Amino acid sequence: MSTAANIPPQFEIVDRPLDTQMTISMGPQHPSTHGVLRLELVLDGEMVIKATPDIGYLHTGMEKLFEYKKYQQGIVITDRMDYLNPLGNNLAYVMAAEKLLALEIPERAQTIRVLMCELQRIASHLVWLGTHALDIGAMTVFFYCFREREKILNIIEAASGGRLTPSYFRIGGLMMDLPSGFERRVNQFLEKFPKSLDEFHTLLSGNKIFQKRTQGVGRISAEDAIDWGLSGPCLRGSGVNLDIRRANPYSSYEQYDFEVPTEPDGDVWSRYMVRMREMRESHKIVQQALSRLKPGPVKADAPKVVLPDREAMKKHMDALIHHFLIVTEGFDVPAGEVYFPIEASKGELGVYMKSDGGPKPSRVHFRGPSFVNLSALPQMSEGEMVADIVAVIGSLDIVLGEIDR
Amino acid sequence: MESGVDNTPLSSQAEGNNIQTPSQMVAAFEREHPEWVSSTVTAYGEITVIVPREHIAEACTFLKTWPEGRFDFLADLCGADRGVEEEPRFEVNYHLFSTTKHHRIRLKVLLNEDDPHVPTVTGVWRTANWHERETYDLFGVIFDGHPDLRRILLPEDWQGHALRKDFPLRGYEPYSLK
Repeated sequence: MSTAANIPPQFEIVDRPLDTQMTISMGPQHPSTHGVLRLELVLDGEMVIKATPDIGYLHTGMEKLFEYKKYQQGIVITDRMDYLNPLGNNLAYVMAAEKLLALEIPERAQTIRVLMCELQRIASHLVWLGTHALDIGAMTVFFYCFREREKILNIIEAASGGRLTPSYFRIGGLMMDLPSGFERRVNQFLEKFPKSLDEFHTLLSGNKIFQKRTQGVGRISAEDAIDWGLSGPCLRGSGVNLDIRRANPYSSYEQYDFEVPTEPDGDVWSRYMVRMREMRESHKIVQQALSRLKPGPVKADAPKVVLPDREAMKKHMDALIHHFLIVTEGFDVPAGEVYFPIEASKGELGVYMKSDGGPKPSRVHFRGPSFVNLSALPQMSEGEMVADIVAVIGSLDIVLGEIDR
Repeated sequence: MESGVDNTPLSSQAEGNNIQTPSQMVAAFEREHPEWVSSTVTAYGEITVIVPREHIAEACTFLKTWPEGRFDFLADLCGADRGVEEEPRFEVNYHLFSTTKHHRIRLKVLLNEDDPHVPTVTGVWRTANWHERETYDLFGVIFDGHPDLRRILLPEDWQGHALRKDFPLRGYEPYSLK
Protein backbone atom coordinates (compact mmCIF):
# COMPACT_ATOMS: atom_id res chain seq x y z
CA MET A 1 0.00 0.00 0.00
CA SER A 2 2.91 2.32 0.59
CA THR A 3 3.81 2.35 -3.13
CA ALA A 4 0.23 2.92 -4.25
CA ALA A 5 0.08 6.13 -2.26
CA ASN A 6 2.91 7.58 -4.40
CA ILE A 7 1.09 7.10 -7.74
CA PRO A 8 -0.49 10.32 -9.02
CA PRO A 9 -4.28 9.90 -9.39
CA GLN A 10 -4.28 10.16 -13.22
CA PHE A 11 -2.07 7.07 -13.47
CA GLU A 12 -4.08 4.98 -11.09
CA ILE A 13 -5.44 1.85 -12.67
CA VAL A 14 -9.17 1.95 -12.34
CA ASP A 15 -10.99 -1.32 -12.58
CA ARG A 16 -14.25 -0.49 -14.28
CA PRO A 17 -16.16 -2.32 -17.02
CA LEU A 18 -15.70 -1.15 -20.60
CA ASP A 19 -18.27 1.23 -21.98
CA THR A 20 -20.45 -0.79 -24.24
CA GLN A 21 -20.90 2.06 -26.69
CA MET A 22 -18.11 3.69 -28.56
CA THR A 23 -18.13 6.54 -31.06
CA ILE A 24 -15.62 6.36 -33.88
CA SER A 25 -14.99 8.51 -36.88
CA MET A 26 -14.76 6.64 -40.17
CA GLY A 27 -13.10 8.81 -42.79
CA PRO A 28 -12.62 11.36 -44.29
CA GLN A 29 -9.45 9.57 -45.39
CA HIS A 30 -10.91 6.10 -45.38
CA PRO A 31 -10.36 4.41 -48.76
CA SER A 32 -13.77 2.79 -48.94
CA THR A 33 -15.73 6.00 -48.43
CA HIS A 34 -15.11 6.85 -52.12
CA GLY A 35 -13.75 10.30 -51.62
CA VAL A 36 -13.86 12.51 -48.59
CA LEU A 37 -16.86 11.31 -46.64
CA ARG A 38 -16.79 11.09 -42.87
CA LEU A 39 -19.12 8.82 -40.96
CA GLU A 40 -19.69 9.22 -37.27
CA LEU A 41 -20.45 5.73 -36.06
CA VAL A 42 -21.81 4.82 -32.65
CA LEU A 43 -20.87 1.21 -32.09
CA ASP A 44 -21.92 -1.46 -29.66
CA GLY A 45 -19.16 -3.98 -30.05
CA GLU A 46 -19.08 -4.39 -33.78
CA MET A 47 -22.68 -3.44 -34.38
CA VAL A 48 -23.61 0.00 -35.66
CA ILE A 49 -26.17 1.74 -33.43
CA LYS A 50 -26.13 5.04 -35.23
CA ALA A 51 -24.45 6.30 -38.37
CA THR A 52 -24.27 10.00 -39.19
CA PRO A 53 -22.72 11.02 -42.51
CA ASP A 54 -20.72 14.24 -42.44
CA ILE A 55 -20.23 15.82 -45.85
CA GLY A 56 -18.94 19.08 -47.27
CA TYR A 57 -15.21 18.37 -47.43
CA LEU A 58 -15.30 18.77 -51.21
CA HIS A 59 -17.60 21.79 -51.33
CA THR A 60 -16.39 24.16 -54.05
CA GLY A 61 -19.35 26.50 -54.42
CA MET A 62 -20.22 25.39 -57.94
CA GLU A 63 -23.83 26.54 -57.66
CA LYS A 64 -22.57 30.02 -56.74
CA LEU A 65 -20.13 29.95 -59.65
CA PHE A 66 -22.90 29.27 -62.17
CA GLU A 67 -24.45 32.63 -61.32
CA TYR A 68 -21.25 34.39 -62.37
CA LYS A 69 -20.73 32.49 -65.63
CA LYS A 70 -22.58 32.71 -68.94
CA TYR A 71 -24.80 29.79 -69.83
CA GLN A 72 -22.29 28.22 -72.21
CA GLN A 73 -19.46 28.62 -69.68
CA GLY A 74 -21.43 26.67 -67.07
CA ILE A 75 -21.12 23.44 -69.04
CA VAL A 76 -17.50 22.90 -68.00
CA ILE A 77 -18.46 23.25 -64.33
CA THR A 78 -20.95 20.40 -64.65
CA ASP A 79 -18.19 18.01 -65.78
CA ARG A 80 -16.62 18.32 -62.37
CA MET A 81 -19.68 17.39 -60.32
CA ASP A 82 -20.26 13.70 -60.91
CA TYR A 83 -16.89 13.06 -62.50
CA LEU A 84 -17.76 9.47 -63.35
CA ASN A 85 -20.75 10.52 -65.41
CA PRO A 86 -19.80 13.94 -66.86
CA LEU A 87 -21.81 13.51 -70.06
CA GLY A 88 -24.96 12.95 -68.02
CA ASN A 89 -24.32 16.20 -66.16
CA ASN A 90 -23.69 18.02 -69.45
CA LEU A 91 -26.94 16.65 -70.81
CA ALA A 92 -29.08 17.70 -67.85
CA TYR A 93 -27.60 21.20 -67.84
CA VAL A 94 -27.83 21.88 -71.57
CA MET A 95 -31.33 20.40 -71.83
CA ALA A 96 -32.55 22.65 -69.02
CA ALA A 97 -31.18 25.66 -70.89
CA GLU A 98 -32.65 24.37 -74.15
CA LYS A 99 -36.03 24.05 -72.50
CA LEU A 100 -35.88 27.72 -71.49
CA LEU A 101 -34.75 28.69 -75.00
CA ALA A 102 -37.33 26.37 -76.66
CA LEU A 103 -34.67 24.98 -79.02
CA GLU A 104 -35.37 22.14 -81.40
CA ILE A 105 -32.45 19.70 -81.39
CA PRO A 106 -31.69 17.82 -84.65
CA GLU A 107 -32.31 14.10 -84.65
CA ARG A 108 -28.67 13.16 -85.23
CA ALA A 109 -27.58 15.21 -82.22
CA GLN A 110 -30.22 13.53 -80.04
CA THR A 111 -29.11 10.07 -81.16
CA ILE A 112 -25.45 10.87 -80.50
CA ARG A 113 -26.39 12.20 -77.06
CA VAL A 114 -28.15 8.94 -76.22
CA LEU A 115 -25.24 6.90 -77.56
CA MET A 116 -22.63 8.80 -75.57
CA CYS A 117 -24.71 8.87 -72.39
CA GLU A 118 -25.22 5.12 -72.45
CA LEU A 119 -21.51 4.50 -73.04
CA GLN A 120 -20.86 6.81 -70.10
CA ARG A 121 -23.37 4.90 -67.99
CA ILE A 122 -21.48 1.67 -68.67
CA ALA A 123 -18.20 3.39 -67.78
CA SER A 124 -19.68 4.75 -64.55
CA HIS A 125 -21.09 1.35 -63.59
CA LEU A 126 -17.70 -0.24 -64.31
CA VAL A 127 -15.99 2.08 -61.83
CA TRP A 128 -18.71 1.27 -59.31
CA LEU A 129 -18.29 -2.48 -59.89
CA GLY A 130 -14.52 -2.38 -59.60
CA THR A 131 -14.42 -0.29 -56.43
CA HIS A 132 -17.37 -2.06 -54.83
CA ALA A 133 -15.72 -5.44 -55.32
CA LEU A 134 -12.40 -4.02 -54.13
CA ASP A 135 -14.04 -2.75 -50.92
CA ILE A 136 -15.45 -6.18 -50.24
CA GLY A 137 -12.10 -7.82 -50.93
CA ALA A 138 -12.18 -9.02 -54.53
CA MET A 139 -9.26 -7.27 -56.10
CA THR A 140 -9.16 -8.92 -59.54
CA VAL A 141 -12.45 -7.44 -60.74
CA PHE A 142 -11.05 -3.94 -60.39
CA PHE A 143 -8.40 -4.50 -63.07
CA TYR A 144 -10.82 -6.03 -65.57
CA CYS A 145 -13.35 -3.23 -65.01
CA PHE A 146 -10.79 -0.50 -65.56
CA ARG A 147 -9.55 -2.26 -68.69
CA GLU A 148 -13.05 -2.07 -70.18
CA ARG A 149 -13.61 1.46 -68.93
CA GLU A 150 -10.42 2.58 -70.64
CA LYS A 151 -11.89 1.54 -73.98
CA ILE A 152 -14.97 3.69 -73.37
CA LEU A 153 -12.86 6.65 -72.26
CA ASN A 154 -10.87 6.32 -75.48
CA ILE A 155 -14.12 6.45 -77.47
CA ILE A 156 -15.25 9.54 -75.56
CA GLU A 157 -11.84 11.11 -76.08
CA ALA A 158 -12.04 10.45 -79.81
CA ALA A 159 -15.33 12.33 -80.01
CA SER A 160 -14.77 15.19 -77.59
CA GLY A 161 -11.03 15.47 -76.90
CA GLY A 162 -11.51 14.94 -73.17
CA ARG A 163 -11.50 11.72 -71.19
CA LEU A 164 -12.98 12.74 -67.88
CA THR A 165 -14.18 16.26 -68.69
CA PRO A 166 -15.63 16.00 -72.20
CA SER A 167 -18.07 19.00 -72.24
CA TYR A 168 -19.24 17.44 -75.48
CA PHE A 169 -22.86 18.55 -75.36
CA ARG A 170 -23.47 22.23 -75.99
CA ILE A 171 -26.60 24.31 -75.75
CA GLY A 172 -28.28 23.65 -79.09
CA GLY A 173 -26.49 20.43 -80.00
CA LEU A 174 -22.97 19.07 -79.85
CA MET A 175 -19.50 20.55 -79.83
CA MET A 176 -18.87 18.93 -83.24
CA ASP A 177 -19.88 15.89 -85.25
CA LEU A 178 -18.40 12.45 -84.59
CA PRO A 179 -14.94 11.82 -86.06
CA SER A 180 -14.50 9.43 -88.97
CA GLY A 181 -14.13 5.81 -87.93
CA PHE A 182 -16.10 6.41 -84.74
CA GLU A 183 -18.74 3.78 -85.49
CA ARG A 184 -16.05 1.17 -86.13
CA ARG A 185 -14.48 1.89 -82.72
CA VAL A 186 -17.82 1.64 -80.93
CA ASN A 187 -18.62 -1.57 -82.75
CA GLN A 188 -15.28 -3.04 -81.69
CA PHE A 189 -16.14 -2.28 -78.08
CA LEU A 190 -19.70 -3.57 -78.38
CA GLU A 191 -18.55 -6.89 -79.82
CA LYS A 192 -16.27 -7.67 -76.90
CA PHE A 193 -18.26 -6.19 -74.04
CA PRO A 194 -20.89 -8.92 -73.45
CA LYS A 195 -18.06 -11.40 -73.01
CA SER A 196 -16.43 -9.16 -70.41
CA LEU A 197 -19.74 -8.84 -68.58
CA ASP A 198 -19.93 -12.63 -68.43
CA GLU A 199 -16.42 -12.59 -66.96
CA PHE A 200 -17.54 -10.21 -64.21
CA HIS A 201 -20.46 -12.50 -63.44
CA THR A 202 -18.09 -15.47 -63.26
CA LEU A 203 -15.82 -13.58 -60.89
CA LEU A 204 -18.51 -12.25 -58.54
CA SER A 205 -22.07 -13.50 -58.97
CA GLY A 206 -21.24 -17.12 -58.28
CA ASN A 207 -18.71 -16.29 -55.59
CA LYS A 208 -19.88 -17.60 -52.21
CA ILE A 209 -17.94 -14.97 -50.26
CA PHE A 210 -19.38 -12.14 -52.31
CA GLN A 211 -22.90 -13.53 -51.89
CA LYS A 212 -22.49 -13.82 -48.12
CA ARG A 213 -21.19 -10.28 -47.89
CA THR A 214 -24.05 -8.77 -49.90
CA GLN A 215 -27.23 -10.81 -49.57
CA GLY A 216 -29.52 -9.53 -46.85
CA VAL A 217 -27.18 -6.64 -46.01
CA GLY A 218 -28.32 -3.02 -45.97
CA ARG A 219 -31.98 -3.71 -46.61
CA ILE A 220 -34.43 -0.95 -47.45
CA SER A 221 -38.07 -1.51 -48.33
CA ALA A 222 -39.80 0.02 -51.33
CA GLU A 223 -41.87 2.40 -49.15
CA ASP A 224 -38.79 3.57 -47.25
CA ALA A 225 -36.84 3.97 -50.48
CA ILE A 226 -39.50 6.27 -51.93
CA ASP A 227 -39.78 8.16 -48.64
CA TRP A 228 -36.03 8.72 -48.58
CA GLY A 229 -36.08 9.86 -52.20
CA LEU A 230 -33.80 7.12 -53.50
CA SER A 231 -33.59 6.95 -57.25
CA GLY A 232 -31.87 5.01 -59.98
CA PRO A 233 -30.48 1.54 -59.31
CA CYS A 234 -30.91 2.01 -55.54
CA LEU A 235 -34.66 2.47 -55.96
CA ARG A 236 -34.99 -0.28 -58.56
CA GLY A 237 -33.04 -2.57 -56.24
CA SER A 238 -35.99 -2.22 -53.85
CA GLY A 239 -38.41 -3.42 -56.49
CA VAL A 240 -39.78 -0.08 -57.68
CA ASN A 241 -39.98 0.02 -61.44
CA LEU A 242 -39.08 3.65 -62.05
CA ASP A 243 -36.75 4.99 -64.68
CA ILE A 244 -36.87 8.63 -65.82
CA ARG A 245 -35.98 7.46 -69.33
CA ARG A 246 -39.37 5.74 -69.33
CA ALA A 247 -41.39 7.94 -66.98
CA ASN A 248 -40.47 11.34 -68.47
CA PRO A 249 -38.60 10.51 -71.70
CA TYR A 250 -36.08 13.02 -73.03
CA SER A 251 -33.78 13.07 -76.06
CA SER A 252 -36.07 10.56 -77.87
CA TYR A 253 -35.56 7.75 -75.32
CA GLU A 254 -39.16 6.70 -75.91
CA GLN A 255 -38.07 5.33 -79.32
CA TYR A 256 -35.57 2.85 -77.87
CA ASP A 257 -36.34 -0.68 -76.87
CA PHE A 258 -34.88 -1.58 -73.49
CA GLU A 259 -35.91 -3.15 -70.23
CA VAL A 260 -35.88 -1.54 -66.80
CA PRO A 261 -34.34 -4.17 -64.50
CA THR A 262 -35.68 -4.40 -60.97
CA GLU A 263 -34.83 -6.69 -58.07
CA PRO A 264 -37.20 -7.24 -55.17
CA ASP A 265 -35.03 -7.59 -52.05
CA GLY A 266 -33.65 -4.08 -51.49
CA ASP A 267 -30.28 -5.31 -50.23
CA VAL A 268 -26.74 -4.78 -51.49
CA TRP A 269 -27.03 -7.84 -53.71
CA SER A 270 -30.18 -6.49 -55.40
CA ARG A 271 -28.54 -3.17 -56.17
CA TYR A 272 -25.57 -5.10 -57.54
CA MET A 273 -27.75 -7.22 -59.81
CA VAL A 274 -29.73 -4.19 -61.05
CA ARG A 275 -26.56 -2.43 -62.17
CA MET A 276 -25.15 -5.58 -63.76
CA ARG A 277 -28.35 -6.03 -65.76
CA GLU A 278 -28.46 -2.33 -66.60
CA MET A 279 -25.12 -2.58 -68.35
CA ARG A 280 -26.61 -5.11 -70.75
CA GLU A 281 -29.55 -2.80 -71.41
CA SER A 282 -27.20 0.12 -72.05
CA HIS A 283 -25.29 -2.10 -74.46
CA LYS A 284 -28.57 -2.72 -76.27
CA ILE A 285 -29.37 1.00 -76.41
CA VAL A 286 -25.93 1.84 -77.83
CA GLN A 287 -26.44 -0.75 -80.57
CA GLN A 288 -29.83 0.73 -81.44
CA ALA A 289 -28.43 4.27 -81.40
CA LEU A 290 -25.64 3.23 -83.77
CA SER A 291 -28.13 1.76 -86.22
CA ARG A 292 -30.23 4.94 -86.05
CA LEU A 293 -27.34 7.28 -86.87
CA LYS A 294 -28.24 9.10 -90.08
CA PRO A 295 -26.23 11.93 -91.62
CA GLY A 296 -27.54 15.36 -90.74
CA PRO A 297 -26.83 18.49 -88.76
CA VAL A 298 -25.71 18.20 -85.13
CA LYS A 299 -26.47 21.78 -84.14
CA ALA A 300 -29.80 23.53 -83.86
CA ASP A 301 -30.67 26.26 -86.33
CA ALA A 302 -30.29 29.13 -83.86
CA PRO A 303 -27.49 31.45 -84.99
CA LYS A 304 -27.76 33.65 -81.91
CA VAL A 305 -27.18 30.74 -79.53
CA VAL A 306 -25.08 28.14 -81.36
CA LEU A 307 -21.52 28.99 -82.35
CA PRO A 308 -21.12 29.10 -86.17
CA ASP A 309 -18.78 26.84 -88.14
CA ARG A 310 -15.26 28.07 -88.69
CA GLU A 311 -15.70 27.94 -92.47
CA ALA A 312 -18.85 30.03 -92.30
CA MET A 313 -17.05 32.64 -90.22
CA LYS A 314 -14.47 33.09 -92.96
CA LYS A 315 -17.11 33.72 -95.63
CA HIS A 316 -20.09 35.37 -93.95
CA MET A 317 -19.92 38.55 -91.95
CA ASP A 318 -23.07 37.76 -89.92
CA ALA A 319 -21.56 34.47 -88.79
CA LEU A 320 -18.49 36.35 -87.58
CA ILE A 321 -20.66 38.89 -85.75
CA HIS A 322 -22.70 36.13 -84.09
CA HIS A 323 -19.55 34.35 -83.00
CA PHE A 324 -18.16 37.57 -81.54
CA LEU A 325 -21.39 38.36 -79.69
CA ILE A 326 -21.87 34.85 -78.28
CA VAL A 327 -18.30 34.71 -76.99
CA THR A 328 -18.11 38.23 -75.57
CA GLU A 329 -21.66 38.94 -74.38
CA GLY A 330 -23.35 35.57 -74.40
CA PHE A 331 -26.97 35.14 -75.34
CA ASP A 332 -30.07 36.17 -73.46
CA VAL A 333 -32.27 33.40 -72.14
CA PRO A 334 -36.00 34.15 -71.61
CA ALA A 335 -36.99 34.69 -68.00
CA GLY A 336 -38.50 31.71 -66.26
CA GLU A 337 -37.67 28.59 -64.33
CA VAL A 338 -37.47 24.92 -65.28
CA TYR A 339 -36.69 21.67 -63.53
CA PHE A 340 -35.19 19.13 -65.89
CA PRO A 341 -34.67 15.57 -64.64
CA ILE A 342 -32.67 12.90 -66.42
CA GLU A 343 -31.78 9.35 -65.50
CA ALA A 344 -28.08 9.61 -64.75
CA SER A 345 -26.06 6.51 -63.92
CA LYS A 346 -26.78 6.99 -60.21
CA GLY A 347 -30.40 8.07 -60.35
CA GLU A 348 -32.49 11.15 -60.93
CA LEU A 349 -30.25 14.06 -61.81
CA GLY A 350 -32.43 17.16 -61.83
CA VAL A 351 -31.36 20.64 -62.82
CA TYR A 352 -33.37 23.56 -61.53
CA MET A 353 -32.54 26.57 -63.66
CA LYS A 354 -33.91 30.04 -63.14
CA SER A 355 -33.33 32.85 -65.58
CA ASP A 356 -34.10 36.54 -65.19
CA GLY A 357 -33.61 37.24 -68.87
CA GLY A 358 -29.89 37.92 -69.00
CA PRO A 359 -26.90 35.98 -70.32
CA LYS A 360 -26.17 34.47 -66.89
CA PRO A 361 -28.51 32.24 -64.91
CA SER A 362 -30.05 33.63 -61.76
CA ARG A 363 -29.93 30.25 -60.01
CA VAL A 364 -28.78 26.78 -60.96
CA HIS A 365 -29.39 23.93 -58.57
CA PHE A 366 -28.31 20.36 -59.13
CA ARG A 367 -30.37 17.65 -57.48
CA GLY A 368 -27.57 15.13 -57.33
CA PRO A 369 -28.71 11.53 -56.96
CA SER A 370 -25.68 10.74 -54.77
CA PHE A 371 -26.62 13.47 -52.29
CA VAL A 372 -30.09 12.05 -51.74
CA ASN A 373 -29.01 8.40 -51.83
CA LEU A 374 -26.35 9.02 -49.21
CA SER A 375 -28.86 10.67 -46.87
CA ALA A 376 -30.59 7.28 -46.59
CA LEU A 377 -27.40 5.57 -45.42
CA PRO A 378 -28.39 5.62 -41.70
CA GLN A 379 -31.64 3.85 -42.57
CA MET A 380 -29.76 1.06 -44.33
CA SER A 381 -26.78 0.67 -42.04
CA GLU A 382 -28.12 0.86 -38.51
CA GLY A 383 -28.08 -2.58 -36.97
CA GLU A 384 -25.41 -3.86 -39.35
CA MET A 385 -21.77 -4.71 -38.69
CA VAL A 386 -18.99 -2.18 -39.29
CA ALA A 387 -17.61 -4.22 -42.17
CA ASP A 388 -21.03 -4.19 -43.82
CA ILE A 389 -21.10 -0.38 -43.83
CA VAL A 390 -18.37 -0.59 -46.45
CA ALA A 391 -20.55 -2.87 -48.58
CA VAL A 392 -23.57 -0.57 -48.16
CA ILE A 393 -21.62 2.57 -49.15
CA GLY A 394 -20.28 0.73 -52.17
CA SER A 395 -23.76 -0.34 -53.22
CA LEU A 396 -25.04 3.26 -53.09
CA ASP A 397 -22.45 4.27 -55.72
CA ILE A 398 -21.83 7.76 -54.39
CA VAL A 399 -19.58 10.39 -55.89
CA LEU A 400 -18.59 13.07 -53.42
CA GLY A 401 -17.97 15.63 -56.14
CA GLU A 402 -21.69 15.64 -56.77
CA ILE A 403 -22.73 15.50 -53.13
CA ASP A 404 -20.70 18.51 -52.04
CA ARG A 405 -20.78 20.42 -55.34
CA MET B 1 -44.23 -6.58 -62.54
CA GLU B 2 -42.44 -7.57 -59.35
CA SER B 3 -42.92 -4.26 -57.64
CA GLY B 4 -46.66 -4.00 -57.90
CA VAL B 5 -46.15 -0.40 -58.95
CA ASP B 6 -48.33 0.56 -61.88
CA ASN B 7 -46.49 2.09 -64.82
CA THR B 8 -49.41 3.11 -66.99
CA PRO B 9 -49.58 6.82 -67.82
CA LEU B 10 -51.93 9.32 -66.26
CA SER B 11 -54.46 9.39 -69.09
CA SER B 12 -55.29 5.68 -68.96
CA GLN B 13 -55.59 5.65 -65.16
CA ALA B 14 -57.84 8.63 -64.94
CA GLU B 15 -60.75 6.92 -66.68
CA GLY B 16 -63.90 7.17 -64.69
CA ASN B 17 -63.36 10.76 -63.62
CA ASN B 18 -62.88 13.88 -65.66
CA ILE B 19 -59.27 14.66 -64.70
CA GLN B 20 -57.15 14.15 -67.80
CA THR B 21 -54.40 16.76 -67.87
CA PRO B 22 -52.07 18.17 -65.23
CA SER B 23 -53.77 21.57 -65.45
CA GLN B 24 -57.15 19.98 -64.69
CA MET B 25 -55.56 18.24 -61.74
CA VAL B 26 -54.28 21.53 -60.36
CA ALA B 27 -57.70 23.11 -60.89
CA ALA B 28 -59.24 20.27 -58.90
CA PHE B 29 -56.65 20.80 -56.17
CA GLU B 30 -57.50 24.49 -56.06
CA ARG B 31 -61.22 23.75 -55.86
CA GLU B 32 -60.67 21.42 -52.95
CA HIS B 33 -58.40 23.71 -50.92
CA PRO B 34 -58.62 27.27 -52.24
CA GLU B 35 -56.89 28.67 -49.13
CA TRP B 36 -53.73 26.68 -49.91
CA VAL B 37 -53.25 28.16 -53.37
CA SER B 38 -52.17 31.78 -53.76
CA SER B 39 -51.71 31.49 -57.51
CA THR B 40 -50.76 29.02 -60.22
CA VAL B 41 -48.31 29.59 -63.06
CA THR B 42 -47.96 27.32 -66.07
CA ALA B 43 -44.81 27.91 -68.08
CA TYR B 44 -42.49 25.70 -70.15
CA GLY B 45 -44.88 22.81 -69.61
CA GLU B 46 -44.39 22.93 -65.84
CA ILE B 47 -46.94 23.86 -63.24
CA THR B 48 -45.99 26.03 -60.30
CA VAL B 49 -48.36 26.45 -57.37
CA ILE B 50 -47.52 29.24 -54.97
CA VAL B 51 -48.54 28.16 -51.49
CA PRO B 52 -48.79 30.41 -48.40
CA ARG B 53 -45.99 29.30 -46.12
CA GLU B 54 -48.18 28.36 -43.16
CA HIS B 55 -49.99 25.77 -45.31
CA ILE B 56 -47.01 24.14 -47.04
CA ALA B 57 -46.73 21.12 -44.75
CA GLU B 58 -50.49 20.47 -44.89
CA ALA B 59 -50.51 20.86 -48.67
CA CYS B 60 -47.63 18.41 -49.02
CA THR B 61 -49.29 15.88 -46.73
CA PHE B 62 -52.48 16.16 -48.73
CA LEU B 63 -50.79 15.90 -52.15
CA LYS B 64 -48.80 12.85 -51.04
CA THR B 65 -51.90 10.69 -50.70
CA TRP B 66 -54.42 12.57 -52.83
CA PRO B 67 -55.78 9.96 -55.31
CA GLU B 68 -55.64 12.38 -58.27
CA GLY B 69 -52.04 13.35 -57.61
CA ARG B 70 -50.22 10.71 -55.56
CA PHE B 71 -47.13 12.88 -55.30
CA ASP B 72 -45.31 10.40 -53.08
CA PHE B 73 -41.79 11.38 -54.09
CA LEU B 74 -40.05 14.63 -53.15
CA ALA B 75 -37.63 14.91 -56.05
CA ASP B 76 -35.98 18.11 -54.95
CA LEU B 77 -36.21 20.98 -52.53
CA CYS B 78 -34.14 24.07 -53.16
CA GLY B 79 -34.01 27.71 -52.27
CA ALA B 80 -33.46 30.72 -54.45
CA ASP B 81 -32.64 34.36 -53.85
CA ARG B 82 -34.67 36.66 -56.10
CA GLY B 83 -32.36 39.60 -55.48
CA VAL B 84 -31.40 41.94 -52.65
CA GLU B 85 -33.98 44.56 -53.67
CA GLU B 86 -36.85 42.13 -54.14
CA GLU B 87 -39.55 41.64 -51.57
CA PRO B 88 -40.39 38.83 -50.85
CA ARG B 89 -36.76 38.01 -51.35
CA PHE B 90 -36.46 34.26 -50.92
CA GLU B 91 -38.31 31.36 -52.40
CA VAL B 92 -38.29 27.68 -51.55
CA ASN B 93 -39.18 25.28 -54.37
CA TYR B 94 -40.60 21.83 -53.75
CA HIS B 95 -40.40 19.57 -56.80
CA LEU B 96 -42.91 16.77 -56.33
CA PHE B 97 -43.10 13.66 -58.45
CA SER B 98 -45.47 10.74 -58.55
CA THR B 99 -43.83 7.33 -58.82
CA THR B 100 -47.08 5.83 -60.09
CA LYS B 101 -48.51 8.55 -62.33
CA HIS B 102 -45.16 10.00 -63.42
CA HIS B 103 -46.21 13.64 -63.36
CA ARG B 104 -44.55 16.56 -61.65
CA ILE B 105 -45.56 19.71 -59.88
CA ARG B 106 -43.64 22.52 -58.28
CA LEU B 107 -44.79 24.12 -55.04
CA LYS B 108 -43.29 27.47 -54.20
CA VAL B 109 -43.17 29.37 -50.94
CA LEU B 110 -42.20 33.04 -50.90
CA LEU B 111 -40.43 34.42 -47.85
CA ASN B 112 -39.55 37.91 -46.66
CA GLU B 113 -35.97 38.70 -45.76
CA ASP B 114 -36.73 39.71 -42.17
CA ASP B 115 -38.75 36.59 -41.43
CA PRO B 116 -37.36 33.63 -43.41
CA HIS B 117 -39.28 30.94 -41.52
CA VAL B 118 -41.16 28.07 -43.13
CA PRO B 119 -42.59 24.88 -41.59
CA THR B 120 -40.54 21.76 -42.26
CA VAL B 121 -41.77 18.91 -44.46
CA THR B 122 -39.45 16.33 -42.91
CA GLY B 123 -42.55 14.82 -41.33
CA VAL B 124 -43.98 14.19 -44.79
CA TRP B 125 -40.86 12.89 -46.53
CA ARG B 126 -37.70 11.97 -44.66
CA THR B 127 -35.64 12.90 -47.71
CA ALA B 128 -36.47 16.56 -47.02
CA ASN B 129 -34.04 16.46 -44.09
CA TRP B 130 -30.82 17.07 -46.02
CA HIS B 131 -32.44 19.30 -48.63
CA GLU B 132 -33.71 21.61 -45.89
CA ARG B 133 -30.34 21.60 -44.16
CA GLU B 134 -28.71 22.60 -47.43
CA THR B 135 -31.21 25.40 -48.01
CA TYR B 136 -30.65 26.64 -44.45
CA ASP B 137 -26.89 26.47 -44.91
CA LEU B 138 -26.76 28.36 -48.20
CA PHE B 139 -29.71 30.78 -47.89
CA GLY B 140 -30.43 31.09 -44.18
CA VAL B 141 -34.02 29.92 -44.55
CA ILE B 142 -35.14 28.49 -41.21
CA PHE B 143 -37.31 25.39 -41.31
CA ASP B 144 -39.43 25.39 -38.15
CA GLY B 145 -39.72 21.96 -36.58
CA HIS B 146 -36.74 20.45 -38.39
CA PRO B 147 -35.18 17.76 -36.16
CA ASP B 148 -31.54 18.60 -36.92
CA LEU B 149 -31.14 22.00 -38.56
CA ARG B 150 -27.35 22.29 -38.82
CA ARG B 151 -25.10 23.44 -41.63
CA ILE B 152 -24.36 20.60 -44.01
CA LEU B 153 -21.92 21.71 -46.72
CA LEU B 154 -20.09 24.61 -45.09
CA PRO B 155 -18.21 24.48 -41.77
CA GLU B 156 -20.18 25.03 -38.57
CA ASP B 157 -18.45 28.34 -37.82
CA TRP B 158 -19.02 29.81 -41.27
CA GLN B 159 -20.36 33.37 -41.23
CA GLY B 160 -23.23 34.26 -43.52
CA HIS B 161 -25.10 32.29 -46.15
CA ALA B 162 -23.09 31.73 -49.29
CA LEU B 163 -25.74 31.56 -52.02
CA ARG B 164 -27.37 34.86 -51.08
CA LYS B 165 -26.91 37.43 -53.83
CA ASP B 166 -25.17 39.87 -51.51
CA PHE B 167 -22.56 37.30 -50.47
CA PRO B 168 -19.42 37.95 -52.55
CA LEU B 169 -18.20 35.16 -54.82
CA ARG B 170 -14.85 34.89 -53.06
CA GLY B 171 -16.19 35.39 -49.54
CA TYR B 172 -15.27 38.16 -47.16
CA GLU B 173 -11.82 37.04 -46.10
CA PRO B 174 -9.65 33.98 -46.57
CA TYR B 175 -11.22 31.27 -44.49
CA SER B 176 -8.95 29.36 -42.15
CA LEU B 177 -9.63 26.61 -39.70
CA LYS B 178 -7.47 28.45 -37.05
